[in-house]
Amino acid sequence: MSALNINGKDHSVDADPAMPLLWVLRDILGLTGTKYGCGIGECGACTVHVAGKAVRACKVTLAEASGHDVTTIEGIADSHPIVHAFAQLNVPACGFCTPGQIMQAVAFVKQKPDPEDDDIVQAMQGNICRCGAYVRIVAAIRQAVGADR
Amino acid sequence: MIRIVNLSRRKFLKSMGVGSGLVLGVYFSPDGDAATDDISKGSTAGAEPGQLAPNVFITVDPAGTVILTVCRSEMGQGIRTTFAMIMADELDASWPKIAVRQADGDPRYGDQNTDGSRSILIYEKVLRIAAASVRQMLEAAAAQTWKALIADCRAVDHEVIHVPTARVLPFGQLVKAASTLPVPNPDKLRLQDFSSRRYVGHTMPSIDLGAMLHGKTPFGADIALPGMKYASIERCPVYGGKAKSFDASGAMNVRGVEKVIEIPATPPPTGHLPLGGIAVIASNSWAAIEGRKKLQIEWDLGPNANHDSGTYRAEMETTSHRTGRIVRTLGNFESALAGAAVRLTGDYFVPYQAHATLEPPVAIAVYEGGKLAVLAPTQSPQIARQVLAQYLELKEADITVRPTFLGNGFGRKSMHDYICEAGWLAKALGGRIKVVWTREDDIRHDYYQPMSLQRLDGGLDKNGVPIAWRHRTVFPSLNSTFHADQTSPDAAQLSQGFLDMPYAIPNLRLEAGVAQPHVRLGPHRGGLSMAHAFASCSFIDEMAAAAGKDPANYLFTYYAGPKKIDLKALGVDYTNYGYSIDEFPLDVGRLQNVLQFAMDRAAWGDPLLPRQGRGLAVHRSFLSYAAAIIVVTVAEDGQISIPRIDLVLDCGQIINPDRIKALMEDSIMYGLGFALYGNLTIKNGAVEQSNFDNYQLARAGITPEMHVHLVPSGQSPTGAGDPAVPVIAPALCNAIFAATGKRIRTLPIDTGQLKDSPAAGPAAPAAPNAPAAIPITPTGGAAPKN
Ligand code: FES
Ligand code: FES
Repeated sequence: MSALNINGKDHSVDADPAMPLLWVLRDILGLTGTKYGCGIGECGACTVHVAGKAVRACKVTLAEASGHDVTTIEGIADSHPIVHAFAQLNVPACGFCTPGQIMQAVAFVKQKPDPEDDDIVQAMQGNICRCGAYVRIVAAIRQAVGADR
Repeated sequence: MIRIVNLSRRKFLKSMGVGSGLVLGVYFSPDGDAATDDISKGSTAGAEPGQLAPNVFITVDPAGTVILTVCRSEMGQGIRTTFAMIMADELDASWPKIAVRQADGDPRYGDQNTDGSRSILIYEKVLRIAAASVRQMLEAAAAQTWKALIADCRAVDHEVIHVPTARVLPFGQLVKAASTLPVPNPDKLRLQDFSSRRYVGHTMPSIDLGAMLHGKTPFGADIALPGMKYASIERCPVYGGKAKSFDASGAMNVRGVEKVIEIPATPPPTGHLPLGGIAVIASNSWAAIEGRKKLQIEWDLGPNANHDSGTYRAEMETTSHRTGRIVRTLGNFESALAGAAVRLTGDYFVPYQAHATLEPPVAIAVYEGGKLAVLAPTQSPQIARQVLAQYLELKEADITVRPTFLGNGFGRKSMHDYICEAGWLAKALGGRIKVVWTREDDIRHDYYQPMSLQRLDGGLDKNGVPIAWRHRTVFPSLNSTFHADQTSPDAAQLSQGFLDMPYAIPNLRLEAGVAQPHVRLGPHRGGLSMAHAFASCSFIDEMAAAAGKDPANYLFTYYAGPKKIDLKALGVDYTNYGYSIDEFPLDVGRLQNVLQFAMDRAAWGDPLLPRQGRGLAVHRSFLSYAAAIIVVTVAEDGQISIPRIDLVLDCGQIINPDRIKALMEDSIMYGLGFALYGNLTIKNGAVEQSNFDNYQLARAGITPEMHVHLVPSGQSPTGAGDPAVPVIAPALCNAIFAATGKRIRTLPIDTGQLKDSPAAGPAAPAAPNAPAAIPITPTGGAAPKN
């Protein structure tokens, strides 16, 4: 049994400790907002927060995550400035990458509340959007940090 | 997540959040014409009492919620929102009181094959008719209630108003009375005569936006059913191969693995059917994937074991240097070329490419009580159903296919091998199965964009006027995925940006070559125009450069002759995306117009910085017209950046401007990915790439400053998802030429080749009367701006 705290709720999970957090979330806990896109840390669709940091859930095992606080897209409030900005700019197209983009952006603006455009692009470079919504993703993050200022 | 407890059809539908089915009173034939049908022909299965449901598309419940059944698949193009906008205007409905549900695959909805950018073209009128009939029934019900004249009753913002007395009744309260009224004859319907519309033409938030932002839209990958098992399948690395033997014992030792079973290989051409392979069945995805790694399989690699994309390219290039099948001809190409003052030639190459939908293929199948239910991201649920029926020897009536949300489609999800795998496993194992494709599976077992070689030869007279043009296209036919002995593309494929070459050049020859297929091929975003526009929009730019003319002016000049090209009269077998050429002509005026639009917006001709160049491309595909102007900067190390792109689309009437704009932004990134990264190679029959580390896609860092322009138009609404993609690569390559004098004829662009390019600056263009140079040497400078 591994203990996980996800979005403020305690879970105990009976699974192979080597199982990536991604599959624990998706197949065992039914938290399917976290997506599989590559399984090797190249697309960012699985981005979640572990101990407050954005990580690729496909690259973190259950054993590594246990004992830490995990936040997934399901734990991000509608009122979060990033979510709000994504809504205002109608960012999602198919929406498949959106949870990962939001998780990446939320962690990034917390760590760097006053980023330059280049910082934003750099921070989002690991998150593929096959719908090519990058121009809106970057604009939304810019808008969200602007609103915070 | 969706949990399904019981699989009676009714409950199945309900658990998908679709409420109930309806009485289906309107039948829509595949060409989109609406016709009344006997109401009894519609199925009442699952209909809920107390609702107004006069056709397959719209239901109004007693609470007043208008539920629109969307029969086209949602894959990011925003079709659910756009359809709701069309309906809401015609019905005069209030946006917050609209709900959308997804239709199963069922011929009663008409054409559900969501590809080729046709949804609006087919359904705009249909949806308006469906909505108008509901509106008229509600108005008639109000008239009956008030004993008033129907003409005095008008639907306004989710209520019916009695105009003379200003009495109102909300839609919901009229449902009961309206349900007893006859469904109006579509021919007698009065469509809204809009002076202005509330929704169509305006920016609307996506109807699924809230759910999407919280990861709550159910993609195929997200569906889980109680008792469901997960399958991961090891397939032969070579198309057409099969397992000789396998040892599953290692796999069975992996925690969570429950079974290993062989899916029989389909002999090629496999069409929609599974490749076959060894399926590991487990209690979760990861266990299935891990179990697979422990399989020991001996493969019979089959007839394609020697396929090598490098050798194939060389063969196709040789083919492209020989005369092919002549598919369009005018004047006398050979003698015109012989007499030309300047001759040009170019070999254009596009590699195999993968779809790389961000959500890999995935499907859930449930086989219980002799019936099969499938939930999957599919672009074409009706075809999926037909294919499943044939493959599994079931009656279509016993199969339900419900599209989920799609994490991209791009044509990949028009092909149904993954759905058949799930159906086969569910039937074989008698239960609920989710087939999970890994990214590696997706890259290695896709239906690829064909490799293509194109040879262009052209001649200019001493004034730089183009007098001869020969274009040969060589690529394996997409039909080879379905039929044996298909070695040359058919008219429908050649109609994608090849046969409809729009330049007025008096001596013309278009030829198609022969290429043996060795991999599965399939439809891709932008279609074959991706390759064809790359070559033809580049080669006209080569001609302009050789003539020492500004490429935009040059294009204008040689969009000469009649404004509508009558290919039929020229004896060309042109299929026009299945639409009438009279209704949707090849309109050179619209090509000129998008070009002019782009030039004005992009300040064509304005000076640029050193090392910069500006390039353009104009193309018609999927009945729409697109033009791109790209500014590129080429650094000394050859790296390129794109400071600005202007993209213009004329897709007729603009229904959902924000989604079209998003599709244009998307087209730019998709086109840049195609031009800069997409490169799939094959050795010993097996794909060499596997994941996003070695098969690159466009990322945030390459995003240019985008200026998207939609041409206001009253013409029929045509495609928006595909038609702007093909212009990106040639516009970029033409810009690189303008910046460096280096002509790119091979994709993806090898930026290493651009190293130490001379800085752009005004340089002498090739003199129009220069001696014939084959291939023409780069002019070493920017194309002059006239
Ligand atoms: S699935 Fe984890 S980075 Fe792609
Ligand atoms: S919105 Fe579709 S992949 Fe990003």
